[in-house]
Amino acid sequence: MGSDVLVLAEHQGGSLADVTFELLGKAKEVAGASGGQALVALFGNPGLASELSAADLVLSMDDPALASYTAEAYEKALAHVVSERQPGLVLLGTTTAGLDLAASLSAAWDAPLVSYVVGLESEGDALVATAQIYGGKLMAEVALEGDRAICAVTAGSFPAEAGAGAGSATVEDVSPPAELGAGLRTTFIEMLVPEAGDVDITAADLLVAVGRGIGSEGDVELVQDLADAMGAPLAASRPITDLGWLPKSRQVGKSGVKVKPRAYLMFGISGAPEHLEGMRDAELIIACNTDAQAPIFDIAHYGTTADLFDLLPALTERLGA
Amino acid sequence: MRIVVPLKQVPDLVEELELSSDGTDVDREFLKFVVNEFDDHALEEALLVKDAADAEVVVVGFDEPDIDQVLYTAIAKGADRVVKLTGAGEGALDSHTRAAVLAEWLAGQDVDLVLTGVQAADDLDGQLAPLLAARMGLPHASVVVSVDAKEGVARVRQEFSGGAGADLEIRLPAVIGVQAARQPPRYASITRVRQVMQAGGIEEAAAAVVSGGPALTVRRLYPPEQTGHAEMLEGSPADVADRIIELVRAKGLLKT
Repeated sequence: MGSDVLVLAEHQGGSLADVTFELLGKAKEVAGASGGQALVALFGNPGLASELSAADLVLSMDDPALASYTAEAYEKALAHVVSERQPGLVLLGTTTAGLDLAASLSAAWDAPLVSYVVGLESEGDALVATAQIYGGKLMAEVALEGDRAICAVTAGSFPAEAGAGAGSATVEDVSPPAELGAGLRTTFIEMLVPEAGDVDITAADLLVAVGRGIGSEGDVELVQDLADAMGAPLAASRPITDLGWLPKSRQVGKSGVKVKPRAYLMFGISGAPEHLEGMRDAELIIACNTDAQAPIFDIAHYGTTADLFDLLPALTERLGA
Repeated sequence: MRIVVPLKQVPDLVEELELSSDGTDVDREFLKFVVNEFDDHALEEALLVKDAADAEVVVVGFDEPDIDQVLYTAIAKGADRVVKLTGAGEGALDSHTRAAVLAEWLAGQDVDLVLTGVQAADDLDGQLAPLLAARMGLPHASVVVSVDAKEGVARVRQEFSGGAGADLEIRLPAVIGVQAARQPPRYASITRVRQVMQAGGIEEAAAAVVSGGPALTVRRLYPPEQTGHAEMLEGSPADVADRIIELVRAKGLLKT
C-alpha cells in the first residue's frame, strides 16, 4: 500500500468539524507506521489551513464552485487530489459529505471502501479495519491488502487531540481542475439552520428521550408527561423526528445534536451507533428497552427490560403529576 | 418523468443474527428479511413526486428472500411497474455489485431520477446511491429529506448534523439517497396486496454479469465485545420506577 494517508477536511460556517481532527490523528499514526505523510485536503475556506498544522501537508484548493459544499464539486476536487498524490489510504467521516464522497471515490478511483469504521490498525503492509454494521449488532474485521483503500469512519472513533495539536504543516495551494469550471449540474441555493425558539436540548441537565419502541405518535404523550413531571425537555432518536412526531431540534444523534446531560433517561431506543454518537458521554444513562440484547445496555449505566407502557405511568405517578 | 426506485432486502434487526460456519457472513438460512427502511422512504418520496408531477415510478429489486411480496406491495402503494433482476449470483450482493448490475440495467431505461435509501444496515462496502451515480456519471446527493422534481430539475434538501439543511438544485438525470420521505411511508392493505398478487405483474429481467470492482476481504464478523454492561434493575415496574427516581434524585436533578 502507498504510504501517504489523505484526510478530507470537513468544515461548516467557518469551523472545522471535530471528525477532521480525529481522522488527522489517525492518519498521522498510520502514515507514521508506513513511513508516509499525513495529508489533508481542504476545499474552500483556505484560512482554515492554519488550524490543520498537525498534518505534514495541507493541500488547499479554493474555487467559487467550492464556496459551499456540494457532492459534485467536492468529488471532482477530491478525485483530482487523489489522482495527483496517489495516497495509500483516504479517510472520511460517515457524515453527510462522507456518505456522498466515500462511495463515489471508491467507484472513481477503483479502490475498496470500508464504511462505518470504528478501528483501524496497521498490520505489516496491510491495514485492518474494524467496522460496525447491522445497527451495531455485529463488528466486521476487514483486511485491506492492496495498494489503495478508503475508510469512512464513524465520528468519535478516534481521539481528536491527536490531530489538533500545533505542528509545522506545509500548506500547498492546489489549482482547481478544469472540471470545476463549467458544466456542473448541482447548484447550492441556501443553507437553512433549524429555528431557535424551540427547546435547546443541549443545554439541559436532564433529558428524557423516546425512540421507536413507543410505537405510535399518540403514545409519545406518555413520555412527554414524564418529561414534564421531571421538568426536563423531551428528546428523540432519528426515527421519531423523521416521522415528524417531534421537531428536528429534539433529535439526538449523528444527524441531530450531541448532548452531554447529567442524566439521560431513554425509552424504546435500541442504541444504534448513530444515536450513541449523540449521547454516550451523558453522566448517568438509564435505558428502558424490552430487548435484553439491545446494544444500548452495553453503554447505559442502568437498564431495565420493563415495558415502557408500564414504567412510564409508574414514574409519572411517583412525581406527583 | 421516469423515477426508478432500487430497493433491497436486509436482515430484520429485531432478530438474533447468527453467523455462518466460517464466520465471515451472517447465517442467512433462518433469517427474516425485510425491505431496507430507507428504501421504503425512497419509494414513498417517489410516490409523492409522482402525485405532484405526473411521473412514472418503476421499482426494481433483486431476486432475494421475500422480494416478491415487497414488489407487489409497491404496486399496491402506487408504483407503475416493478422489476426483479434475476441471476445476479448466490448469497448477498454487496453494494458495489448491486451498483454495477443496476447501472447496466438503467442504461436501457431512459431514467430521469433514481431515488434509493441513503444507506442500509449491511452497507459494509459503502452506499448504493453514490456508487451508482459515479458509475453512470450522474450528479447525486445523499441524506436527502425532500425531493421536488419537475422540468428536468430536482430541488432537494440535504441534511447535515445538527439539523442544518442545504437546498440544492440538481439537473436531471440524477441519483438521490433518501434519508426520510416528507411523510411516513404509506400503508397498503393486505387485501389490496393480495389483489395485486393475483393480477401478477412482476417483470423479470436478467441481471448483467458485471464486476463490481474491488471486493472486501472480510476476515470475520463477531458480536461487539462488551466493555461494560448496564446494571439491570429488577422487579415490578413499580420497583423499577422507585429505583430510577432514586438514581435521578441522587444527582440532584429533581425539584421534588
